Amino acid sequence: MKIAVCVSHVPDTATKIVIGPDGKSIDPNGVTYVINPYDEFAIEEALKVKEKLGGETVVITLGGEASKETIRKSLAMGIDNAVLLKDENFRDSFSVASALAAEIKNQNAELVFMGKQSVDYDNSIVGQMTAEILGYNCVSVVVDLKIEGNKIIAEREIEGGKEVIETTLPAVITAQKGLNEPRYASLKGIMAAKKKNIEEKQPVAANNKLEILAMKKPAPKQPGKIIGTDASAVPELVRLLKEEAKVI
Amino acid sequence: MANKILAFIEQRSGQIKKSSFEAAKLASSLAEKLNGIAEAITIGNEIQDLPKIGNYGIQKVTHYINKELENYSASAYRNITAKHFTENNFDILIFANTALGKDLAPRVAVKTEAGIAMDCVEFNYNNQEIVVTRPVYAGKSLIDIKITSDKKIFTLRPNVFAAGTPSNNNAEVIQINVDNPNLADRVIELKKAEGKLDVAEADIIVSGGRGLKAPENFKMVEDLAAVLGAATGASRAVVDAGWRPHSEQVGQTGKTVSPSLYIALGISGAIQHLAGMRSSKYIVAINKDKDAPIFQVADYGIVGDVFDVVPALIEELKKVKG
Repeated sequence: MKIAVCVSHVPDTATKIVIGPDGKSIDPNGVTYVINPYDEFAIEEALKVKEKLGGETVVITLGGEASKETIRKSLAMGIDNAVLLKDENFRDSFSVASALAAEIKNQNAELVFMGKQSVDYDNSIVGQMTAEILGYNCVSVVVDLKIEGNKIIAEREIEGGKEVIETTLPAVITAQKGLNEPRYASLKGIMAAKKKNIEEKQPVAANNKLEILAMKKPAPKQPGKIIGTDASAVPELVRLLKEEAKVI
Repeated sequence: MANKILAFIEQRSGQIKKSSFEAAKLASSLAEKLNGIAEAITIGNEIQDLPKIGNYGIQKVTHYINKELENYSASAYRNITAKHFTENNFDILIFANTALGKDLAPRVAVKTEAGIAMDCVEFNYNNQEIVVTRPVYAGKSLIDIKITSDKKIFTLRPNVFAAGTPSNNNAEVIQINVDNPNLADRVIELKKAEGKLDVAEADIIVSGGRGLKAPENFKMVEDLAAVLGAATGASRAVVDAGWRPHSEQVGQTGKTVSPSLYIALGISGAIQHLAGMRSSKYIVAINKDKDAPIFQVADYGIVGDVFDVVPALIEELKKVKG
């Protein structure tokens, strides 16, 4: 079975966001970029499925030249092949999904993993959109996965619990933290990754349906009150919550 | 100009979700603003109190009914919603940004060629054009966006848009029987975390961090949450340490929350945590370290030992709440 993993290259979550000169995106200067944290669970799951059922894995990334760093990391963890759909411009989720879907089709992959969301735009929709474009089934926000033959049993996280979903291949699975423990790349893996070829391609074009007009910082919070240093401050805290904030 | 607006009403186990009332209310106020009309759609088996959607300004609810649709099925819900949206010539579709909304809305968007803006926290109008604001980078920044396609789908962050005081108007409910739902995916089991409120929906959240020192001390967090009718949350550090389940994690790789009250116990406030909870209406921090970044976002702080302050807080709240 051919298994595709879609990963994205994003600012580290510890990054402070500074708005760039265009006023519509972040200033990338001084920002450390990493593999999207949820994509690590996607890679691990792809590797586990391959170990169990056999097949071949391919990582697909839409992004600029710098994304190669993230692709190398995926290869070092054990992914077999890599494709970079090279595009430095902003694309909305639909446009990203269209490009990924075209390449997944081209690769003939019938099982696709990706993180449930990327930690930059936080949309949490590229997986579902990619599946729709391909006509695949999709389970999002997955924390447990079993594949037997053509059948998929996946648990997805919902408010206050989990849904256990039964569906069939071909499918897109989006990974949530808790699905597995991503492995570390071995030294051997890192060395091998350096030698692997990253195939560069032009992604299919698709029109954005969203336009970013401006990026702004949230209004700063007013400094609050320090009410006290021990339990004697508790009655005053409760009074404030009741009378001033009116939240209890 | 957009003028037909549809609100998606979500049910689980036959109960309408609170955030769906917010979607209904927003749809009806959008209709007022844009001089249009607002209706609602819901999918499920038996649903309680459907006419109450009218309390939030919606005149007509279409209920697609079938026993097999009681639980969510992405394929069936997508087919029904997309068909209803297109065939009735709606221009705008509003969902709550819940687990179901996030899963379903993008599928309907692809199916109907609609543009989609997720997790909106603000609606503005520029010459009858809708400009929405949504958080990015887990709320470290915001973007203003507009959808350029004719059909538009928005999902609303729960707890941000007030449903307002319900009126006494009942909506007309039109039932449409779905003969063959054709489920390509189905829920075969629903695992409920018994008696637990989820942080994503809770109006009050009590969260604990490393300052709690050991997993058993989260009993204190749970006790405080119980007094307040709150959900329990956790910082990434304690989730990674295996003290608490990931479903409770608040922050950039956990859940982004906007309750009316967020109480942070023994949480220092790493940038990723602050990103996930800073839009809470009121924040209370109890922490020993006076320089902890959590105090920069807290409305009320006690610089003190959680083991001293929290038991006293539980007692005081019991008194006040009677």
